[in-house]
Amino acid sequence: MSFPWANEYKPQNAVTKWVDERLPLPRLVYNAVGAGYPVPRNLNYFWNFGVLAGVALVIQIVTGIVLAMHYYASVDGAFNSVEHIMRDVNAGWFIRYAHMNGASFFFIVVYIHIFRGLFYGSYKAPREMIWLLGVVIFLLMMATAFMGYVLPWGQMSFWGAQVITGFFSAIPLVGEPLRQLLLGGFAPDQAALNRFFSLHYLLPFVIAGVIILHIWALHIPGSSNPTGVSVKSEQDTVPFHPYYTAKDGFGLGIFLIAFVAITFFAPNLLGHPDNYIQANPLSTPAHIVPEWYFLPFYAILKAFTVNFAIPFTGIVLIEAKLMGVLAMFGSILLLFFLPWLDTSPVRSGHYRPLFRKFFWYGLIPSIVVLTYCGAQPPYTQWVVLSQIAAAYYFAHFLIILPIVSRIERPLPLPNSITEAVTGKPLQTATA
Amino acid sequence: MATVKKTTGTSKAPRKKSAEASAELTAPTATATVEEGEGVRRRDFIHIAAVSFAGVGAVAVAIPLVSQMSASADVLALASIEVDVAAIQPGQAIKTSWRKQPVFIRNLTPSEIDEANKVDAGSLRDPQTLAERTQPGKENWLITLGVCTHLGCVPLGAAAGEVKGEYGGYFCPCHGSHYDTAARIRKGPAPLNLTVPEYTFISDTVVKIG
Repeated sequence: MSFPWANEYKPQNAVTKWVDERLPLPRLVYNAVGAGYPVPRNLNYFWNFGVLAGVALVIQIVTGIVLAMHYYASVDGAFNSVEHIMRDVNAGWFIRYAHMNGASFFFIVVYIHIFRGLFYGSYKAPREMIWLLGVVIFLLMMATAFMGYVLPWGQMSFWGAQVITGFFSAIPLVGEPLRQLLLGGFAPDQAALNRFFSLHYLLPFVIAGVIILHIWALHIPGSSNPTGVSVKSEQDTVPFHPYYTAKDGFGLGIFLIAFVAITFFAPNLLGHPDNYIQANPLSTPAHIVPEWYFLPFYAILKAFTVNFAIPFTGIVLIEAKLMGVLAMFGSILLLFFLPWLDTSPVRSGHYRPLFRKFFWYGLIPSIVVLTYCGAQPPYTQWVVLSQIAAAYYFAHFLIILPIVSRIERPLPLPNSITEAVTGKPLQTATA
Repeated sequence: MATVKKTTGTSKAPRKKSAEASAELTAPTATATVEEGEGVRRRDFIHIAAVSFAGVGAVAVAIPLVSQMSASADVLALASIEVDVAAIQPGQAIKTSWRKQPVFIRNLTPSEIDEANKVDAGSLRDPQTLAERTQPGKENWLITLGVCTHLGCVPLGAAAGEVKGEYGGYFCPCHGSHYDTAARIRKGPAPLNLTVPEYTFISDTVVKIG
């Protein structure tokens, strides 16, 4: 894989030579994130977020393993065990707050990573597989985050579990039996809590596995870049180490400063006070909302308020409840089809004037509006706003992108990455 | 020929410089060496500063991740108990639990005390007299952990009808350690006498352990 001019791993001494001949792990690392991986020389800071997401996963796994040493998954004891971690366990408050906010920061960096891909067309050939695996990772992250949020067995945990498993009851015929199968009962209880804990521990390692595939798939064509122009020669690239290890290291420092600042000074900023009340199956909190990273999807769910029926006949084709659930899952699943919906051969949004307008003035505002509306109580004005934004979101991917790809006249692309950076044309290799 | 010589010369020079740099940076006047012309590149300083900073950060993170494993506040809060021993008749013993470990509280009979005092303490594996293992005026109260000093099993002999071993004290069934009436190791693999915890009688009949 990679480019023919990639540096070759050379063992420095007898020991590394011995290891390299038997298990070339150092060689693998060298070729993956070392000097053996040539990377376009013009990556901007948006290209830091893949590495940051990896770091966020490591933070979650390390703090999570530690929390699991003190947590017990019992409906009577889970809430108390979390309080025990907060009050009694040495540095337990720090570890739990890091895990709690680590989830939020994981989503922040992953969302930026996804928007980077959307703007710069990172999902286009030959990188479709990277994108598809990325959407799989995103779905796994959502499942993991949801199940993790249930574990403290507070009010939001319990009612979140109730609502989210309720999605499945919207499926015709098999819905309710399926919900009972998933919960192991009629409502969230011991069986559900135990299996959520088991899966919450398992899925991060599945995510790590898919990340390895994601990076493997990335290393076949190599990283994309802000111009979207393919690498043409050695002049267009620099070795990952030290150039991007240093750049990622700097970005990581900034990320950690923000993460630590929130963890220490506003650890509950992104959470809900209701989750510090123990789960009560007989009383729903006045206003239940998911964690912020699910709000756009929650707004789409709430946007469907009327049954889809044949007018004037009263024949219901699809109930509003099912519509909402389908739309919510559909809003993510349609990302799987993105590489074939956007048919423009130009990758970078920089050279696509029309695409860029719809991206900044359509897609981004619609998601911001959905996020905001998702957090609001279900009053008419918010529902109507969600409906408009949700309609735009789907139209953007399903209608606007295919049309824009056909009618748009892209700006002239630079001949090479080097030309885009230096203003001088690429020197031919024979010179 | 001359050009070749020149290039090797220039390529060697920076390497020599960086070697000097690492040597100088170990000296206390590291900041002075950042100055140009001292043979240290600015980049060397940045490398060392960045790696050191990351190292300090890693250690700072490792401390809570490791210390979380030691006893938590609620475990430490249960570190002492009070036991009413009024109902224990001479020759009887009870087992109780302290810091999640069994504790034997034994009311020795006069003959058991005599038996323990007859032994020459100096000849024992872990030389201690009964007086050293009890409190003045309370020589009949033998309070020990019920944890064999060999590998941590609970010895027999505290409850009625249990085997007391060849020396009439305690007997560990796991690997056959025999303890005498002062709970001192007499035979078998255990290295030490049963541990006497810190305790005080807070009244004639109530003892506080821990």
